Amino acid sequence: MLTPFFYTLRAAGVPASVTEYLTLLEALQRGVARFSVNDFYFLARATLVKDEKHFDRFDKAFAQYFKGIEQSFEQLQKALPEDWLKLLAERHFTPEEMAQIEALGGWDKLLETLKQRLEEQKGRHEGGSKWIGTGGTSPFGHGGYNPEGIRIGGPGGKGKAVKVWERRDYRNLDDNVELGTRNIKVALRKLRRFAREGAADQFDIDGTISATARNAGLLDLKFQPERHNALKLLLFFDVGGSMESHVRVCEELFSAARGEFKHLEYFYFHNFIYESVWKDSRRRHGERTTLFDILRKYQPDYRIIFIGDASMSPYEIMQPGGSIEHWNDEAGAVWLQRLTQRFQRFAWLNPEPQDRWDYVQSIGLARQLLAERMYPLTLHGLDDAIRALKA
Amino acid sequence: MTSKFEGTERYVATEDLMMAVNAAVTLARPLLVKGEPGTGKTQLAEEIALALDKPLYRWHVKSTTKAQHGLYEYDAVSRLRDSQLGDAKVHDIGNYIIPGRLWEAFRSARQAVLLIDEIDKADIEFPNDLLLELDRMEFYVHETRELIQATHRPIVIITSNNEKELPDAFLRRCFFHFIRFPDAETMTRIIGVHFPELKRELLAEALNAFYKLRDVPGLKKKPSTSELLDWLKLLLAEDVPPEALRTDDPRKSLPPLYGALLKNEQDVHLFEQLIFLQRRQSRQ
Repeated sequence: MLTPFFYTLRAAGVPASVTEYLTLLEALQRGVARFSVNDFYFLARATLVKDEKHFDRFDKAFAQYFKGIEQSFEQLQKALPEDWLKLLAERHFTPEEMAQIEALGGWDKLLETLKQRLEEQKGRHEGGSKWIGTGGTSPFGHGGYNPEGIRIGGPGGKGKAVKVWERRDYRNLDDNVELGTRNIKVALRKLRRFAREGAADQFDIDGTISATARNAGLLDLKFQPERHNALKLLLFFDVGGSMESHVRVCEELFSAARGEFKHLEYFYFHNFIYESVWKDSRRRHGERTTLFDILRKYQPDYRIIFIGDASMSPYEIMQPGGSIEHWNDEAGAVWLQRLTQRFQRFAWLNPEPQDRWDYVQSIGLARQLLAERMYPLTLHGLDDAIRALKA
Repeated sequence: MTSKFEGTERYVATEDLMMAVNAAVTLARPLLVKGEPGTGKTQLAEEIALALDKPLYRWHVKSTTKAQHGLYEYDAVSRLRDSQLGDAKVHDIGNYIIPGRLWEAFRSARQAVLLIDEIDKADIEFPNDLLLELDRMEFYVHETRELIQATHRPIVIITSNNEKELPDAFLRRCFFHFIRFPDAETMTRIIGVHFPELKRELLAEALNAFYKLRDVPGLKKKPSTSELLDWLKLLLAEDVPPEALRTDDPRKSLPPLYGALLKNEQDVHLFEQLIFLQRRQSRQ
């Protein structure tokens, strides 16, 4: 009975493995959870899900799978249509929703269609676009996408207890929603690269022991330099213009990176990289650092992260003189290529949502120039970027 | 034989936490506990040991901890010294094998509770190095050619603050529980077990102020359960009247003894600014 459940979970993106499934079965056999769907839910979650960011997916898959089974347990199926209608009547609609219902032919018609469908439908149904059930696009059922939909089953009724998995408490632990300084720090930490450099001033016990042993027991003291993070990082931030709305997340990224890396340099640019960048926004017109200086000063073992939305007119990338601020003799694309040639490990983080990238021509251009190493500024994207920077 | 864990007098366990603990106890597999700092992850192991009446072994992991430290250490330096002094002890290498926490827990005459605290602090390979030991509950001492096996599989509680991702192979062998930040109802129960004599009025006001504070957007460190408990302790000790906690009182800026809740000067500053704005708005 549980194997389909296991596959439902996997299909929903919960990375549960066979060993974990077997553990769950063993726990059930040993009677850890009995007679209650709630207990089973907690047990299954503790066994199959090992990361709180997958809790929400688990909850959804659980609801999807156990909706039907629970009902058959409780012999609810016969009484259900009545229940549905009762829920219907209790439902409170917002004025907008009422307007939408009117647009569909009015409340009565909706009810009539519902009754009709109820008669046509024999069993429980999931997905699809017509029948009543869960997860579909039909106006009836719940978890669907139809704005005129009527929620049937699940929470909503006043006397009915809300199921734990339907509360979806862990929604904002899922995926890429929460991005704070601490999260970013944790992600950046993967970029650490420890090395021993500098003066040998730490006592090396292991080295001393092995040297002494080799020395027939006469003490031979060994020292070694302290271990520290040797990763070097250059950050380029896009400021102003369309980046205004992303200031907070950029600040957080910056403060996280500052705390994490000793060798960190940062520069600002506007929209795209041209012949010079600056470090202090108040004196951006006076004190600028030319890109040639950067190319000369920093060793190729520096890694580069650009942070920008890359949303601009394509001319600003491709044409000399395309910059909106000043006359640039060489196109932005040329300067970007100079940077990426010198510093082989680079990534571009884009705070724009990824699904919008395809609609902005300049993002496509930038991605081409960056050999597709552009990542969304989400935790997941940050992970991918760090993988690219590590390689 | 094994009794069920249902929280203790001092520790409120939610339903899902009990289930996770009991599953881990029944199947004798490690339980990995994650959650915001200050939600009682470390305390859980202590309470399990107390509730089930078992000895507790704590192993606090640091950034320099190696898996080997939990098994045993070979004290080569004392042996070297003894050899230089011509001590007879030096001929038996067993004299220089110092058992770690894992060994001690394995050797315990009764089933023990072993706490591996903040496993994410250690090197990324650390959990991998413990896979076999936690799975089979045995390890081999190379120096003395001895196999150490657990007499009773200990109940292993592992806590993590999410600083590093743990390897999949390791996760697969554990049960997992994420301690959520308690909702107001659970929080009232938690406070009830800690301060049974607390006046209801003060509690209501304190909780109100506390959740309001947690809702302030942009706080660097949100106050957690343990901080709330500390704060209440202070409020009781100072005998603060409930009226003083009403933060919408325009004359008061910060809640009294706020230092127990806000641990960051930027947060205090931010909060003061917010209150200032609020006051100005209410005056207009």
